[in-house]
Amino acid sequence: MASSTTAAMRQVSRLSSRRFYSSNALVRGSSHFRTPATSTANRAAHRTYVSESKPDKAQVNVETAIKADQHAFTAQTGKLPEKVKMPGTEMSADVMMSPAAGILKQATVMDEGTRPIYLDMQATTPTDPRVLDAMLPFFTGLYGNPHSRTHAYGWETEKATEQAREHVANLIGADPKEIIFTSGATESNNMSIKGVARFFGRSGKKKHIITTQTEHKCVLDSCRHMQEEGFEVTYLPVQQNGLIDLKELEAAIRKDTALVSIMTVNNEIGVIQPMEEIGKLCRAKKTFFHTDGAQAVGKIPINVDAWNVDLMSISAHKIYGPKGIGACYVRRRPRVRIDPIISGGGQERGLRSGTLAPPLVVGFGEACRIAKEEMPYDSKRIQKLSDRLLKGLLSLEHTSQNGDPERFYPGCVNVSFAYVEGESLLMALKDIALSSGSACTSASLEPSYVLRALGNSDESAHSSIRFGIGRFTTESEIDYVLKAVTERVTFLRELSPLWELVQEGIALDSIEWSQH
Amino acid sequence: MSMTLTSGETAFQARSLFRSLLRQSSQFAAYNFREYAKRRTKDAFRENHDKRLGEREVQELIQRGLKELQMMKVRTLGTRRMVEGWQWE
Repeated sequence: MASSTTAAMRQVSRLSSRRFYSSNALVRGSSHFRTPATSTANRAAHRTYVSESKPDKAQVNVETAIKADQHAFTAQTGKLPEKVKMPGTEMSADVMMSPAAGILKQATVMDEGTRPIYLDMQATTPTDPRVLDAMLPFFTGLYGNPHSRTHAYGWETEKATEQAREHVANLIGADPKEIIFTSGATESNNMSIKGVARFFGRSGKKKHIITTQTEHKCVLDSCRHMQEEGFEVTYLPVQQNGLIDLKELEAAIRKDTALVSIMTVNNEIGVIQPMEEIGKLCRAKKTFFHTDGAQAVGKIPINVDAWNVDLMSISAHKIYGPKGIGACYVRRRPRVRIDPIISGGGQERGLRSGTLAPPLVVGFGEACRIAKEEMPYDSKRIQKLSDRLLKGLLSLEHTSQNGDPERFYPGCVNVSFAYVEGESLLMALKDIALSSGSACTSASLEPSYVLRALGNSDESAHSSIRFGIGRFTTESEIDYVLKAVTERVTFLRELSPLWELVQEGIALDSIEWSQH
Repeated sequence: MSMTLTSGETAFQARSLFRSLLRQSSQFAAYNFREYAKRRTKDAFRENHDKRLGEREVQELIQRGLKELQMMKVRTLGTRRMVEGWQWE
């Protein structure tokens, strides 16, 4: 870019010097100038050296002076990069500026041969190439602050972020004004729970929060934090299938309940809670209803109005968008008041101050647009792959699916392999990227608290593995996984003395282990 | 893309777009993206194959395909570099 500008400047100066020279020649007379342009030369010869200039010519009009000055380089710099054809190549400047251009010559196609198969779509998803394509201009040419109202750099990024907001809103059936961009679902959850509780707890009337035992860590931790601030929290138990009991919820809602927070799709077992019924109940009891939709948005059809959801957390990197961006849906009618955690310049309706990151926001918007457009295609495909995987896994003996077999998101398959230690199975399946639970707790060897809440024993919780299927999973990958899991589960069971006992028909509960 | 209904020229256009989309799809360095692009291209064309579409709708679909093709051309360069860069570290 810099070199092209300097080249342009050089060209311009060369042009103007030439013009200067030729006009000099005209003034001096036609003696040096025996070119076809004789008519002008003749006319010039009539002019005298001293001529009176008109008064308005003597004044400098500032605006035209600026324009005249500008003209030479705005022709170069004012162009959008994608419209500039780089001389000598067929590439546009947009391509030229991308770092890819420089090393294209050494580029070779490399396959992902050595990396494991990715089946952990609940932890995060690969960024869709279409999303990346939408983001890149905002990393290079379009760098304005979207909150700058005084110049075009701000306007162009603001326009893009507003469009992204619209895409997000469309996906969940909301109004664009109700979408607040945050750094991710964790921040949205914190903002919703702490914000609503603090705002309505200030008067001292509403001092109660309801949530479930299978929520994500960030919801549970926010609730614990509010407990320290003097709130009462009810952690609702779930049934064996992972769904909450509506009657229990109804009984738990009190006069002073400020907020009910129940996640739409569970991140570990994938069960879908009865959102419509919960929403109706909360509306009838006049409490606010928050839902963590990180695993649900873009995967199952959502309509916040049909569900009567007041607050919803959304994450971009679970729907093939970039990491580091999310959103919080905050209902406007009836209005939900929240106490902002982050105060500052008053961006995002004052609920979440701080400059937006246009590349991330645009990527998020594009991811939402694609998710909405592709939802029928993707869900049909994921359903097919999921059925195939589940059928294969359950055909092994002593395996069981965790969570409700009817009401679950097919992209999240959680299966328990009895008599196999989950961690050792994960080690044995090194060529497949899997997890036994949420990514946040994968570092510890504790059994998953979600599976414990379902009433599973420690052993069963330890031997569970979560398979995440997404847009980019292929059929041959599923076949490979099925084969690998079958082989290695059998192998690990062969090693186990417990398995021998089971094969002999001895119930493990009946054994009295000798004490040492 | 409703090749039976529209004029021969449109059918030719659609077929050549299909071929270039497939060719470009196979340029993705990452296996999962490559397979997805190929599969999505085939399924999108198959989906509209038997539909009775008007000239205008066909043109709209073709325009969409061209846009996708343009995106893929740039992105296949990008992913190569990214996978390469990842290896260098």
